[in-house]
Amino acid sequence: MHLTQGTFSHLPDLTDDEIKAQIQYALDRGWPLSVEFTDDPHPRNTYWEMWGLPMFDLHDAAGVLFEVSECRQAYPEHYIRVNAYDAAKGRQTIALSFLVNRPAAEPGFRLDRQEASDRQIRYTTHSYATGRPAGRRYADPGP
Amino acid sequence: MAFGVRPAAPVIPAEDTAPPPESRLQNGEVVDLAAERRRSGVDEVLRALDEELVGLAPVKARIRQIAALLLVDSARARFGLNTNRPNLHMCFTGDPGTGKTTVALRMADLLKRLGYLERGHLVAVGREDLVGQYVGHTAPKTKEVLKRAMGGVLFIDEAYYLYRAENERDYGQESIEILLQVMENQRQDLVVILAGYKDRMDTFFQANPGMSSRIAHHIDFPGYTLPELEQIGMLMITRAGYELSPTAGATFREYLARRRQQPRFANARSVRNAIERARLRHASRLFDSHASRVSRDDLIRLEPEDFLASRVFSEPLEDVVHHA
Repeated sequence: MHLTQGTFSHLPDLTDDEIKAQIQYALDRGWPLSVEFTDDPHPRNTYWEMWGLPMFDLHDAAGVLFEVSECRQAYPEHYIRVNAYDAAKGRQTIALSFLVNRPAAEPGFRLDRQEASDRQIRYTTHSYATGRPAGRRYADPGP
Repeated sequence: MAFGVRPAAPVIPAEDTAPPPESRLQNGEVVDLAAERRRSGVDEVLRALDEELVGLAPVKARIRQIAALLLVDSARARFGLNTNRPNLHMCFTGDPGTGKTTVALRMADLLKRLGYLERGHLVAVGREDLVGQYVGHTAPKTKEVLKRAMGGVLFIDEAYYLYRAENERDYGQESIEILLQVMENQRQDLVVILAGYKDRMDTFFQANPGMSSRIAHHIDFPGYTLPELEQIGMLMITRAGYELSPTAGATFREYLARRRQQPRFANARSVRNAIERARLRHASRLFDSHASRVSRDDLIRLEPEDFLASRVFSEPLEDVVHHA
């Protein structure tokens, strides 16, 4: 299952040139960027691991792309995303967030139904990948 | 499908040279080099360099060569000829106040106009910006500076402080190693310029041969001669909106000749300081004089006494005139 989270996620995966252009767009607007990664891409898992600190005072996208490729080298089988933060008063939020890396095989999610009292149904999405211990979830693509 | 590669996209050859396929010229066609030159605005930068910086002939010649190389390379790329991206890391050596930082600024602008750099900003740093204070502090610190400089020029002033021979556990070495790695692998993203005194820079390179070999251009900034210093001074005075009275011209020249002989002379920087102090004296002269009306001429004219009050004239000095 192709994970769709963040901006551009319904498009084909971005090339490095396209990623660079998006980063430059954010930098030109004065948004500092940060790189984050995870192997638990549940939609409600908002806080991913930080790859280094957010990067301030950058002028050129090459600096961010450098960190992205460092992170890809360290975690080739993780989801990696780039966040751009808009600090403008009244906004003060993530302005742009998009995936820049995904594991080779994405097993996807299962929908669990739980029967509660009074025949209520509660739904849970469960990532198949989380069956394995953290850090090795996407290590081998499997059958 | 994976990030970073897209098999379906049209294949563009080596992004460095990357002439858009439709503009690839054929064998018989010609490139209008003069038009390219006008479009890039190189001449403006070179002219500004000539006008604003007095002397420095060897430096200007080298910059002109670099500009020519990049322009010709871009014309070659139009024909699809092989253009290896030249190595433009530089080392500026020279006495203080000979214009190393100013030239680096111009260089950043020039390289941007010629399409070698994306942004063309200058990040000036010293040892304390690169080297950390405890184990594990240096690498992130150096990397952060490098990231900030990407797309532009990283100017490392007094680079020899990075290496301290007397202390083998100094973190400077770690910083140098990261620098070297980035200078080699990310040549397309930034240009590193090291600056400092000639002799100390030479010792630095002896201790770090890897650094020396990765730097293509070793440019030496000669000290200024007396007429050049005078020209610089006149330029600064005019730019500050002042002028010298007819008699002050000779005094100013003598001031420079004397100051030049004294210790801690920092070329153009000393000239600027002299002018700043002359402005102070000029202002207090007007302030203390009891004339209630001053004319425009009074406000812009520096008199000999504005310079003569300097400590430079009170210290005895021999063979000043000979040297001048």
